[in-house]
Amino acid sequence: MSNNNSIIKIEHLSKSFGDKVVLNDINLEIKRGEFITFLGPSGCGKTTLLRLLAGFLRADEGTITMDGKDISDMPPHLRPLNTVFQRYALFPHLDVYDNIAFGLKLNKVPSDEIEKRVRKALKMVSMTDYEDRDVNSLSGGQQQRVAIARAIVNRPKVLLLDEPLAALDLKMRKDMQMELKEMHKTLGITFIYVTHDQEEALTLSDTIVVMSEGNIQQIGTPTDIYNEPTNSFVADFIGESNILNGMMIKDCEVSFIGHTFECVDKGFGEHTEVDVVVRPEDIYIIAQTDNAKFTGKVTSCIFKGVHYEMFVETDNGYELMIQDYNPFEVGSTVGMFIKPSDIHVMRKERTCNTFDGTMLSPTSVEMLGAEFECRDCGLQAGDKVRVRIDFDKVDLLDDQEDGTLTGEVHFILYKGDHYHLTIKTDAGDDIYVDTNDIWDKCDLVGIAIAPDNMRITKRI
Amino acid sequence: MIKKIIAQSYLWLLLLMLYAPILIIAIFSFTEAKVLGNWTGFSTNLYTSLFSGGVRHSLIAAIENTFTIALLAATVSTALGSIAAIGIFNMRGRKRQTITFLNNIPMLNPDIITGISLFLLFVSLGITQGYTTVVLAHIAFCTPYVVLSVMPRLRQMNPNIYEAALDLGATPFQALRKVIIPEIRPGMISGFILSFTLSIDDFAVTIFTIGNEGLETLSTYIYADARKGGLTPELRPLSTIIFATVLLLLLIINIRAKRNSKKLINKQTE
Amino acid sequence: MNGLLKFSTKRSNWAIPYFIFLLIFVVLPLVLIVVYAFKDNSGNFSLQNFVKFVSQPEAINTFIYSIGVALITTMLCILFGYPAAYILSNRSLNRSQITVVLFILPMWINILVRTLATVALFDFMRIPLGEGALIFGMVYNFLPFMIYPIYNTMQKMDYSLIEAAEDLGAKPSKVFWKVVMPLSMPGVMSGIMMVFMPTISTFAIAELLTMNNVKLFGTTIQENINNGMWNYGAALSLIMLIIIGATSLFSDSSEAASDNEGGLI
Repeated sequence: MSNNNSIIKIEHLSKSFGDKVVLNDINLEIKRGEFITFLGPSGCGKTTLLRLLAGFLRADEGTITMDGKDISDMPPHLRPLNTVFQRYALFPHLDVYDNIAFGLKLNKVPSDEIEKRVRKALKMVSMTDYEDRDVNSLSGGQQQRVAIARAIVNRPKVLLLDEPLAALDLKMRKDMQMELKEMHKTLGITFIYVTHDQEEALTLSDTIVVMSEGNIQQIGTPTDIYNEPTNSFVADFIGESNILNGMMIKDCEVSFIGHTFECVDKGFGEHTEVDVVVRPEDIYIIAQTDNAKFTGKVTSCIFKGVHYEMFVETDNGYELMIQDYNPFEVGSTVGMFIKPSDIHVMRKERTCNTFDGTMLSPTSVEMLGAEFECRDCGLQAGDKVRVRIDFDKVDLLDDQEDGTLTGEVHFILYKGDHYHLTIKTDAGDDIYVDTNDIWDKCDLVGIAIAPDNMRITKRI
Repeated sequence: MIKKIIAQSYLWLLLLMLYAPILIIAIFSFTEAKVLGNWTGFSTNLYTSLFSGGVRHSLIAAIENTFTIALLAATVSTALGSIAAIGIFNMRGRKRQTITFLNNIPMLNPDIITGISLFLLFVSLGITQGYTTVVLAHIAFCTPYVVLSVMPRLRQMNPNIYEAALDLGATPFQALRKVIIPEIRPGMISGFILSFTLSIDDFAVTIFTIGNEGLETLSTYIYADARKGGLTPELRPLSTIIFATVLLLLLIINIRAKRNSKKLINKQTE
Repeated sequence: MNGLLKFSTKRSNWAIPYFIFLLIFVVLPLVLIVVYAFKDNSGNFSLQNFVKFVSQPEAINTFIYSIGVALITTMLCILFGYPAAYILSNRSLNRSQITVVLFILPMWINILVRTLATVALFDFMRIPLGEGALIFGMVYNFLPFMIYPIYNTMQKMDYSLIEAAEDLGAKPSKVFWKVVMPLSMPGVMSGIMMVFMPTISTFAIAELLTMNNVKLFGTTIQENINNGMWNYGAALSLIMLIIIGATSLFSDSSEAASDNEGGLI
């Protein structure tokens, strides 16, 4: 349902490099004049999506429509959008003026108008009087300003920005963020921004598109995304958070860290396993323990500039991160409570590992490209089966040789009293593991599953 | 210290051995004696007769041919090789390996094989050998060197600037002309000078592709002359001139290379 | 968008003209050598050229003699060149960049001029031309091609490896034999390629250095081609190519090529 309000419509867009799927059936509508950010860790496909919009890449499938016109096959030089590149990509053989005038000269704009527009663009990025400078003599921040001027001078309908501030130092980044926001307001055009910095995304955007592994995880305003993350990936990626296993007892009542809390979420059903997210600044911490909902002991306290970041071990052995303006001494016992509206309940994407396999014999099953021993449950060789394994029943081994399968630690989520790991096997399958052991991202592990821990059912 | 003296004298002894022959030729090009080693007083007669004598008319033609062939071959090689380098740089995997391998063949092949193989090509295609075939043959063995001199420039280039040009409305051809060529120009110039030098120097490939229509380049001229009468007096000034020319070209390449690397260092330290 | 524009947008297509050029002027000619080698004069498939080669003692002798000359030249080049390369790359023995350039310069001078210069030297010293002059001339011509790659490898050698060896208690001689020597082997290998290959294939040099008294394999090939015996000449070229191919198996030829990248000097 395209209306005048939308400028770009992306439908069923897919892109693979070789065997690797980089974008998987992306659908997205971008509103005219909004500041939209593609946010995600490196390799999530955000830059690929931007390059598809700019026309540097062609999609395998799907269409991109701009102002009602299909531009999927249009070469980049005909597209009415301009790009600001991460590493500026200024033409080293041209001076500042000629860099900015590049696009206008190609379009045969009269020279007196070029001059007027270049000056205006330079003023916009506060780089007046820099016309004749050699671009190599400019600092990183100045180069980025020239790159922005070079793009906006052509009056594009949409400005694409590919991590434009990533190469700048923190102070400069903060200043430029404000200027970009200001520029967006003045120009009134659509900004499409790519970044892996969630803080930057929250500061700048009207809309954030959180991406991971080629899929859109959530689309929403910064407040939506921060306050109502749809899954544990988004919750973990955006801001600091405590992500915990919980149980929805009934509407507006959830239990986690061994206590039952009042909450505002409904419609999860009764006695459903859920993920609970509590932001560290949403846990109130007090010195008295009498009126507190639950108690704990402070294990560390670090000053972070504005607030203190503390880790507290609760009475039931969970570790929580808490941010507060007041420090509490390490070792002291504290009381805590959480407001119902600050408890965010999310449906669990899965509650156990589920793999499809084939019985090789009554006591062995083939799945994930390997052969596993299993208990005899009356199945015959050749039977198609579904195997379920609880997260905490998968064993990870230091020595890859010792496992039935080998894989790499791909993603780590701390859940208060244990780690929830995503292990990518060499064949590319994901196995989810709950463990108390500490692993690092990219660790190579052996994977073993005890026969007793497999629940095998016949597939129909 | 003694070690250093021994080492240095070894180096200079070796250098003396390497340069003695050329020095002897150069010195004795300034005397008229028929037999090398006799000094009959300083004279530049050998030089003047080299260029003015009526018998020597074919020498002027040979020099002209050598330079026009080198100029043509170097120009075409530079154009072909630079475009090819951009293409190869943007290739991946098997395709890139194949063309890189093919590009290495002319550099690894002995000259005589390159010469004979091209000779067989021209005769089996029924092409009369002469000026054109020599130029084609020279392009064949020069272009790989252009590809190799342009490649490092491409590697240093910010990969986004081509895309930036397209993004700002340049067609691929405009992007090539206005952005990529200015960026790789130093590599192209080095490739051009290298091709030019290689072409002037070449003997083995030329002799097989020049045909028998009386066309001569400096190399074939010297060869024919030396074959007839050994080291004739006229060859002394000629060798000296060639040596001096190559020396000059190499100095230019060297200074350019130094300047470029210095520029690069400056850029990095900024 | 028209076809040409679409074609040119993809930059990997830009190598296609050169690819076609390479096919015509590099691959096809080499294929022709093979084709001609297996044909008799009337154009039928035959092994006659190879039979002729094997059955003629003269050709075989020239062939073996050429390999001998090439081997001796290569060995002498290593003998003289290796110490020179070592000294040039050693910071405590040589700091001057000029000596390095002086050693590399002769690589770029016309081989005929260089050969004539040797002839001049022998004339000057009143030494008659012959086998000795041939070997001297070959070493003189190809020594820089041995020094350059060895120097290059040694220069890129991580100096801390030598310091590490010293730190671990190795005497200078031990450091050389256990560290420098093995690490410089790739350079020696490409040096062997760069000397052995051209020496086995030269033709004019031997002629000029020996007043045409000694014949090398390259000269035989050239004579056959010049006399219209293209098929036999092609067969001899193929034999030479095989010898060279076998040599390059010993050293990584692609490495030798990438050493050249960015200009020889």
